[in-house]
Amino acid sequence: MKNIKLFKLNKALALGMIMVLVFGCERDVTDDAVPATFPNTAEVFTDAPVGLTDNFFESFNPAEGYNTLDTFEVVDNESYEGTSSIRIDVPSPDNPNGFLAGGIFRDRGAGRDLSGYDALTFWAKASTTATLASVGFGADFEQDKYPVVANGIQLTTNWTKYVIPIPDPSVLVQERGLFSYIAAPFDVLGDGPNGNEIGWTFWLDEIRFENTGTIGQERPQIFNGQDLVQEVFVGSDITISGLGYTVNLASGLDQTVFPSVNYFTFMSSDTSVATVSESGVVSVVGNGTATITAKIGDVSAEGSLEITAEGAFVNAENPTLPASEVLSVYSDSYTNLSGLNVGAFNNGDIAISTQVFDGNEHIAYENLQFVGVGWDTPIDISGYTHVHVDVQLVSAGSSFIVELLDFGPDGVDNGFGDGSAGGFNATGQLIQDQWVGLDIPISSFTNSTGGGGTGLTTFNNIGYVIFVSNSGDVLIDNIYFFNN
Amino acid sequence: MDFKYINIRTRTLMVICVGAILCSLNCDTDETQEVARLTNLVMADEFNIDGAPDPSLWTYEIGDGTAQGLPAGWGNNELQYYTDRPENVRVENGVLIMTANEESFAGSNYTSARITTQGLFEQQYGRFEARIRLPYGKGIWPAFWLLGNDCDQNPWPQCGEIDIMEYLGNQPTVVFGTVHGPGYNAGDSVSKEYQLENDRFDNDFHVFGIEWGPDYINYYVDGDLYQKITPELVDEEAVKDGDPANAGQWVFNRPFYIILNVAVGGNLPGAPNTQTVFPQSMYVDYVRVYN
Repeated sequence: MKNIKLFKLNKALALGMIMVLVFGCERDVTDDAVPATFPNTAEVFTDAPVGLTDNFFESFNPAEGYNTLDTFEVVDNESYEGTSSIRIDVPSPDNPNGFLAGGIFRDRGAGRDLSGYDALTFWAKASTTATLASVGFGADFEQDKYPVVANGIQLTTNWTKYVIPIPDPSVLVQERGLFSYIAAPFDVLGDGPNGNEIGWTFWLDEIRFENTGTIGQERPQIFNGQDLVQEVFVGSDITISGLGYTVNLASGLDQTVFPSVNYFTFMSSDTSVATVSESGVVSVVGNGTATITAKIGDVSAEGSLEITAEGAFVNAENPTLPASEVLSVYSDSYTNLSGLNVGAFNNGDIAISTQVFDGNEHIAYENLQFVGVGWDTPIDISGYTHVHVDVQLVSAGSSFIVELLDFGPDGVDNGFGDGSAGGFNATGQLIQDQWVGLDIPISSFTNSTGGGGTGLTTFNNIGYVIFVSNSGDVLIDNIYFFNN
Repeated sequence: MDFKYINIRTRTLMVICVGAILCSLNCDTDETQEVARLTNLVMADEFNIDGAPDPSLWTYEIGDGTAQGLPAGWGNNELQYYTDRPENVRVENGVLIMTANEESFAGSNYTSARITTQGLFEQQYGRFEARIRLPYGKGIWPAFWLLGNDCDQNPWPQCGEIDIMEYLGNQPTVVFGTVHGPGYNAGDSVSKEYQLENDRFDNDFHVFGIEWGPDYINYYVDGDLYQKITPELVDEEAVKDGDPANAGQWVFNRPFYIILNVAVGGNLPGAPNTQTVFPQSMYVDYVRVYN
């Protein structure tokens, strides 16, 4: 069978050469019509780097833990094919020069035309059956336009070939980012990153782009392949997330990679309701329903977002007091406290975001159990009688408690030895889907707090405004102290 | 990757055979393959009429095999229940679509379809071919095959089985062709696989065929001959230790009928896994028979 194929190939080549001989002299297309093309060199590393930059391996940022000194070497004592391979020594967690091994290989020229290939392939073996955190291509430290990574590549102690599919090769007409990888210490016990991981070694060889022809069942995904339905406000923006691309390889196994948003084309079923930018941000522009879908090349993505917009978002009323009469924590009408942090501490499964409508920002807490709004320097509220908070209850029937926490004279959050904390239950005042302006007397923060406070009795070093709920969803705006 | 039915001796022989044919091809200026000599069309279903398959040509085998006297799972521990519903078999847009679904049905977790020409079209010798786009995924086991029309009198394997194309969904670049007969069946059948070098069988349609004469069965994919099975070969391959005297007998000399099916699970492919996507469909553009 192989022989037959070779025979045919030879015939085809011969035929091709004859056609070149016959037609080679014809010039019926002007030079002007020929687009600039870049070399389509397939090889990245064989026994030596092929057409890469002089420094060959370019590390990711050392400030993020990447070790630029101890990890990368071309060796002659190990190879899958030929004489050499790349040896990468993944550091131990306590390596003073960094615990991560990772970087990119770049084309030394203006880039390569990879549009004729359908995969990046390479051979690898490892000193142990560890997992490569990520491997891919497209990162070039310049535009990073078309990065693709596969995560969690399980290596073995034998040389094994790995195939990283290219989602849409037609866009890679000038690519400088030819290879990327990240490896972390091996978590032998599988008990998470806690310092007991060990260093390990792996080797890479025969890194190249290939037109395998054996990649099938292309399945791009947005929103992780889920069909989402969401009610939204006109004027809101939603970033399309959960981008992926799964194919079936010749081995019969699926391989999922995570492509840059730039591989996707996004579509809105009604652009008078929602538009989508090239970078995957949905802008809700009018009332009605629209479905957002995507594709890579000609292949439709699994997953969609159906939005229904019912009017514009109504912001909380702007405060009317002059800035000189308030001590503002968070408000577009005043200056926020320095170092404001709307999630200084919180329950682990909370979702915290800020949303902007008509230039007015508010905070959204979803699944709120407790959250502390903090800032750099404790504030003295002894000159104020009330605190104002605008709250909109999103989830029906949820409780809502405001707490103030005072650090005490030492100005440090170290318990209630010199400080105090108290709560005020505002549940009964809230109205679902409407802003309610709470004006709470400072003297009303008398309830016990979740953190162990027994009522607010000190007022000179307030360090946190805390919100507590029974996993409710609320919007918050305009937190400030004032005199009534 | 080697298909487990093949023993080394078979493979060596096959290489010699292919080599011999290669020589003849090399000398053949018009590139007409030996396998495609028969061109007198005697039966064709182009699947051009939407709806159920042509009832004058196709009949259904329904159930899990027990109604046909086989152990549940069609003798292979297959997991599907075959139906004649359009969800499992229909003609649409010029192709026959046979679909394996994941659903609870009559005690099985999967449904699919198996259609045959038994009693409607049976022929001895000739060229049988079909143009098929295959599904994919672990546990998916489609086939285009022939059975001797005397299995009720001469129980399998004596009645003979010619598997023109079998395919396992977790090996998307490989198909295999096999014959079963007395002394050479199941794990000892005579079989060979054909692997696409730069393509997959689920990406597009491919032509699978045999040309069958009194003393040969030639297997081809897209015009590439890859296996020639002869009486001498099956006689040599048959397991004769303690077997009946007819072990190795050439039983491919009576009318056979055509079967198309998509099995799910079973001894050969194993069960579907979490990556197996349902539904999975086999698309058949045509079935043609020449003599």
